[in-house]
Amino acid sequence: MSLSHEQTINHYLESYKAFEKSLNGDSSLPIHSLRDEAITRFAEMGFPTKTDEEWRFTNVSEIAAKRFEIPTLGAGFPEREAKTEKFVFEDLKGPRLVFINGIFAKNLSRLTQSGSDVIVKQLSSALSEHPDLVSAHLGRYISSGVNGFAALSLAFMRDGLFLSVPDGVVLEDAIQVLFVSTEAESEIATYPRNLMIVGSNCRVSIVESYVCIADDSYFTNAVTEIVVGENSVVEHDKFQNESVNAFHIAATHIHQAAHSNYVSNSIAVGGRLVRNDITAVLDAERSECTLNGLSVATGNQLIDNHTTIDHAKANCQSHELYKAVLDGNARGVFNGKIFVRKDAQKTDAKQTNQTLLLSDDATIDTKPQLEIFADDVKCTHGATVGQLDSDQLFYLRTRGIPESKARDILTFAFASDVVSRVKLDALRDQLEAFVHAKLDASRRTNGS
Amino acid sequence: MEEQNKTIEELANREYKWGFVTEIESESAPRGLTEDTIRLISEKKHEPGWLLEWRLKAYRHWLTMKEPRWPNVKYEEIDFQNIIYYSAPKQKVRPKSLDEVDPELLRTYEKLGIPLREQEILAGVAVDAVFDSVSVATTFKEKLGELGIIFSSFSEAVQHHPDLVRKYLGSVVPTNDNFYAALNSAVFSDGSFCFVPKGVRCPMELSTYFRINAADTGQFERTLIVAEEGASVSYLEGCTAPMRDSNQLHAAVVELVALDSAKIKYSTVQNWYPGDKNGKGGIYNFVTKRGKCAGVNSKISWTQVETGSAITWKYPSVLLLGDNSVGEFYSVAVTNNYQQADTGTKMIHIGKNTKSTIVSKGISAGFGQNSYRGLVEIKKNASNARNFSQCDSLLLGDKCGAHTFPYVEVKNRTSRVEHEASTSKIGEEQIFYCKQRGLSTEDAVNMIVNGFCKEVFRELPMEFAVEAQKLLGVSLEGSVG
Repeated sequence: MSLSHEQTINHYLESYKAFEKSLNGDSSLPIHSLRDEAITRFAEMGFPTKTDEEWRFTNVSEIAAKRFEIPTLGAGFPEREAKTEKFVFEDLKGPRLVFINGIFAKNLSRLTQSGSDVIVKQLSSALSEHPDLVSAHLGRYISSGVNGFAALSLAFMRDGLFLSVPDGVVLEDAIQVLFVSTEAESEIATYPRNLMIVGSNCRVSIVESYVCIADDSYFTNAVTEIVVGENSVVEHDKFQNESVNAFHIAATHIHQAAHSNYVSNSIAVGGRLVRNDITAVLDAERSECTLNGLSVATGNQLIDNHTTIDHAKANCQSHELYKAVLDGNARGVFNGKIFVRKDAQKTDAKQTNQTLLLSDDATIDTKPQLEIFADDVKCTHGATVGQLDSDQLFYLRTRGIPESKARDILTFAFASDVVSRVKLDALRDQLEAFVHAKLDASRRTNGS
Repeated sequence: MEEQNKTIEELANREYKWGFVTEIESESAPRGLTEDTIRLISEKKHEPGWLLEWRLKAYRHWLTMKEPRWPNVKYEEIDFQNIIYYSAPKQKVRPKSLDEVDPELLRTYEKLGIPLREQEILAGVAVDAVFDSVSVATTFKEKLGELGIIFSSFSEAVQHHPDLVRKYLGSVVPTNDNFYAALNSAVFSDGSFCFVPKGVRCPMELSTYFRINAADTGQFERTLIVAEEGASVSYLEGCTAPMRDSNQLHAAVVELVALDSAKIKYSTVQNWYPGDKNGKGGIYNFVTKRGKCAGVNSKISWTQVETGSAITWKYPSVLLLGDNSVGEFYSVAVTNNYQQADTGTKMIHIGKNTKSTIVSKGISAGFGQNSYRGLVEIKKNASNARNFSQCDSLLLGDKCGAHTFPYVEVKNRTSRVEHEASTSKIGEEQIFYCKQRGLSTEDAVNMIVNGFCKEVFRELPMEFAVEAQKLLGVSLEGSVG
């Protein structure tokens, strides 16, 4: 049964009423007015449609037409916890937060952080324990006005990572946040919400992952806001391996201060309909931003990456590398915007987008976009779409490697160019294994 | 630096060289657009019934359409009911030779640097000069006629070759294609028609000059070029317009059809009035240009140098239907003062082994905004399709903007698509180097900008390449910051 536009709006308005009740005392928090405002905005806007330029190639009407429910705690949580354990990156020794269907899984999480005033906790507890700190940032970067998804996120957010790092702290171990989706009573929607506030002169690594236990149909609407202080370095790795029947809509916003350095590595292999929005605002001089991304899509998957780098101030640098490997009937979308504001002189921005099409039915829509309002800048972008290089294939075959094997080697080499940029050794090896497995599976189904 | 800036300012403030108004009585339709206006145009031009019906169909569709808002340009609302849709210089009989043409008109052409007679003798170029909306002189027609080439004004073609016109008109840009194409289809006044029969190579460059003259007359030109199997033709289009205060709308449609192994080369130098240095006045140039490589091994090449107009909004495109067909687009677009340009191309690969090349050079100065917007689409059956795109922007000054919106949509894995874009400014060391060798700043900038555009200029026919370089010089050469 699919819902009409009005039914969709009504469905979310009703869900919101039920959700409000489930919040109990928390609905008296000052942050609650944000939720009320957001649901009103959603009722006005609804979900984006294909006539919206930002959503031209990604039709989300399927999400709008489904009746996704808010998950309830329910019975069987310990069993789910047991099934989830295998998804944890055990080699990462730092703090860890695990959420199952959006609900905090205490037994799997590890919140000990020795010394200093670093706060690593659930967003839900931060809402009541650090209301001032939270409300100074939450929803400031991705407000409810952005689109229907951002509005729903603010209205329905329940939990996620809250990280606050005071000035001058170097975190040795990466912080891991894991969102697991598993079987539920009905098709569910979860709204992971992360907020990270990094002070000046810090170094932090974050690993954010989205995985599933079975091939269920569900909807993940994740929003992450990151504030990077002066001279700080943040590495943010995102791994997305949702169910091939799931919808994953994610928005990440990074706000950078002077001399800061932010690196994002986003690896997406799962999901039926995936949309990643990453927006980095280089809001002070000499900040640097690196966005790397890899999508591997097969079957009927659609993976859409929208990146925006906003050079608001002078002397900043950005580097971007997005790659996609598409097989079966998969569709890829890339939209990379680079804005250079009026006074952002001496900007150096470089963007590369490469797509490998492995099947005749795979499609890519790519749109690199430069908007430049300053004259003393260096901006380049390059986009290529193609198949494996026949010369390289030939070279490998002259070395006695069979063609199918040679194709595998070259395809993996293409993909691992992005994965190899992940700095955490323990994570990188595992991600490579995931990508390998995904490519293998795709080859088997196609019998090539 | 100080001195350099001064030169720049001087250059940027140069007045439009080609601005003057010719006093000729003209016969105009009343302002506004209704079915009656269209009937009047059609009647004035003694058109056959089918063409009137075609126009009316376009008009009725136009009424249902909305003005596009997606281009990256800003302008005041156009009042389509405040435009005179038809104006013709008053003439009793159509002239048979240049001697019969109104001497006032001829003088205008001379001022513009189009000495018809000289060109006849010296350059060997057949010029179909369009003054406002009616063709007044066509040269070399007989010579071309011997080869079976038809080159005439659109209205003449409608009278003498109605079957050909009927067969190809609207076959590339249908009446309902877009808002301005529909408007053009309804009210187009005149334009050029060119037909090159099977196996014929057109021995000379065909050229036509458009001018907009009577005040407040929107000009709606229609050009149709057909090259049959194995034929080839090179067509030049150039324009200048007199100074005016109120904005003038120009919505032309150009259709090219290339059959098997045919080649069409279409070059444009556009230097319409860009408005004064405060952004007042100037032409709105909203044009639909499209070519269809209908046959195998056919080739269509667009070259454009856009220096004029307050707003330029055009995307000369190629539909690559035939296997092995080739599409090319070479463009230089300059925006100075408050000019805005949103231009680019579409390459639609449908046939197998189709190739396309896009080279776009955007130059922004003053408060100019320059956008490249392009689409490269590889359809599912376009095996081994190949595209290379390069769009470079040069920024002169810190108040202008350069934007690129390239769309790449690929549905075939055997195809290869490459897109490159860069943005830069003229380096101080480059200027320094030239000055050290005794060149003035002005000459240095001129040289560097011309070097930046060289890839495009060398695609232009000789006559135009010279004019284009001069135009570029006038438009901005010294505006470096």
